[in-house]
Amino acid sequence: MGSDRTEGGAGRLALFLCLSGIVLTLAVAAATAIGDYNIGLRTVFLSVTNELGLTGAEIAPIEQSVVWNLRLSRALVAALAGAGLAICGAILQALLRNALAEPFVLGVSAGASTGAVCVIVLGIGAGGLSLSLGAFAGAFAAFALVAMLSNGATSGPNHTILAGVAASQLFNALTSYIVTTSGNAQQARDVMFWLLGSFGGVRWPDFQLLLVVVFACLAVCIWMARSLDAFTFGDEDAASLGVPVGRIRLVLFGVTALLTATIVSMVGAIGFVGLVVPHAARYVVGPLHLRLLPACAVVGAVFMVVADIVSRVIATQQTVPIGVVTALVGVPFFAIILYRARPQT
Amino acid sequence: MSVIARNLSWGVRRKTIVSDVSLTVAPGETLGLIGPNGSGKSSLLRLLAGLRRPATGQVEINGRDIGQVPRKALSREVAFVQQSAATDTNVTVADVVRLGRTPHRSALAGWSETDESAVTEALERVGMTSRRRQAWQTLSGGERQRVHIARALAQAPQVMFLDEPTNHLDIHHQIEILRMVRDLDLTSIVALHDLNLAAMYCDRIVVLQGGSVCACGTPEEVLTPDLLRDVFRVSAHIDASADAGRPHIRFTAE
Repeated sequence: MGSDRTEGGAGRLALFLCLSGIVLTLAVAAATAIGDYNIGLRTVFLSVTNELGLTGAEIAPIEQSVVWNLRLSRALVAALAGAGLAICGAILQALLRNALAEPFVLGVSAGASTGAVCVIVLGIGAGGLSLSLGAFAGAFAAFALVAMLSNGATSGPNHTILAGVAASQLFNALTSYIVTTSGNAQQARDVMFWLLGSFGGVRWPDFQLLLVVVFACLAVCIWMARSLDAFTFGDEDAASLGVPVGRIRLVLFGVTALLTATIVSMVGAIGFVGLVVPHAARYVVGPLHLRLLPACAVVGAVFMVVADIVSRVIATQQTVPIGVVTALVGVPFFAIILYRARPQT
Repeated sequence: MSVIARNLSWGVRRKTIVSDVSLTVAPGETLGLIGPNGSGKSSLLRLLAGLRRPATGQVEINGRDIGQVPRKALSREVAFVQQSAATDTNVTVADVVRLGRTPHRSALAGWSETDESAVTEALERVGMTSRRRQAWQTLSGGERQRVHIARALAQAPQVMFLDEPTNHLDIHHQIEILRMVRDLDLTSIVALHDLNLAAMYCDRIVVLQGGSVCACGTPEEVLTPDLLRDVFRVSAHIDASADAGRPHIRFTAE
């Protein structure tokens, strides 16, 4: 594990974060350059510096606009969404002591889809209520139901997981009911496409909102990282190490719900990132959360940006939903986790 | 550090599990908690350690009501060793023992010399120094229990609670763990199943039945054929063993 002498292994983490930072920058640059219409890296760079007022190079306005208004904002939102989902996954895996926990285990995505369907199909709050707001409201309704079913998140992990399953089933059923009874084929297709996730519509205001939410949530989680470690041997053990178990649980469930709801309402329910990335990061930096959480953030960001590039180039003249790409990578990984998690004796 | 319980009661829904328990443990003493299954040993231990809040009554540790002491401050003085706590996380022995320093550290504080020496000493005390880099998953049951005790010791507590620490261990490891606990320079309260081991290693014994204390005293005073018949429903002969006059229980076949 190499974590012996100093607990931090701070040097290793710093090196890892530096390298990941470079890879992330390259990935974002690539995501900005690659598309239906490829733009040279030099042009990409100059467009960005132009917009930031650092240079005044001659660039075709259309290219500058594509780079700045469409692709860069999209790539950065993808990075933040990946980071956010990976952090949520790591937190929930620790709190629920379950290797298969992921951001949607608390029913948030099912709730979001119901909220979105209410807006798309039923036209609730037409005009006044955007798709994102509907999804956000649905996500929080689902989370509130789970929190209530699990007694304010104070009961054990299995109880919470069951509550999440129940809420997911309920909201998925509601979604299907609404779509089948009142939707037409086109609306059903819209819903389906939205559920699988897309970075298509995102713009700078989305980035700004997500930036604030992701960093605020990451800060709270890092502040509580030591307490998360104490959950290694269960709730009671954490309590005997001086951790206020009920409060930590409630705060961190709230944080993950807020983060997931914000991401889902913006770009749809993108699966598997929150499951896969924490496991991958744990292999590299070990199980201590003070290291794991920043590592998850950068690995998740890189993964999502790369997945977004793949989703745009994999089929010509088509954008494959991002959730399809992450699942194509995620499912084999999931299989490996299942294989490794089988009883050892 | 002394532990005093006054009129502790606790239950789930309408069922009373611990009823009106009062006891006193002197500083440095090793107290054994025995009783048949379901007599409330584990629950009483958790009440005493402050992991559960009693419905009535209070626990004082070193003269302070633990209900008034913040969780974190309490766990700098009181450690609790669960029976066979397990994890799926891939951690090393040193990682586990380091968890014991949690109550002594603030959210982002670095790893100090004090922390490191507490961990080193705790590993030394349980004879696991050479294993500190080993993966937790590869340890045997007895080794895991020793690591848990090391983690509790790294908390630098003055009182330690152990819930059946010898469960699932072979006789050699049972004796080794209890000898270690007895020789520790702190107040310890141990829930035990094996009456002979309790007689050998505890200064005093509290017998629980149906959630109440039905006997309390030195092993010689407490472990009598009458008590064993009434509480544990077994017939037995008690001999004074050659081992420092501790009682030795011989169960009879009929």
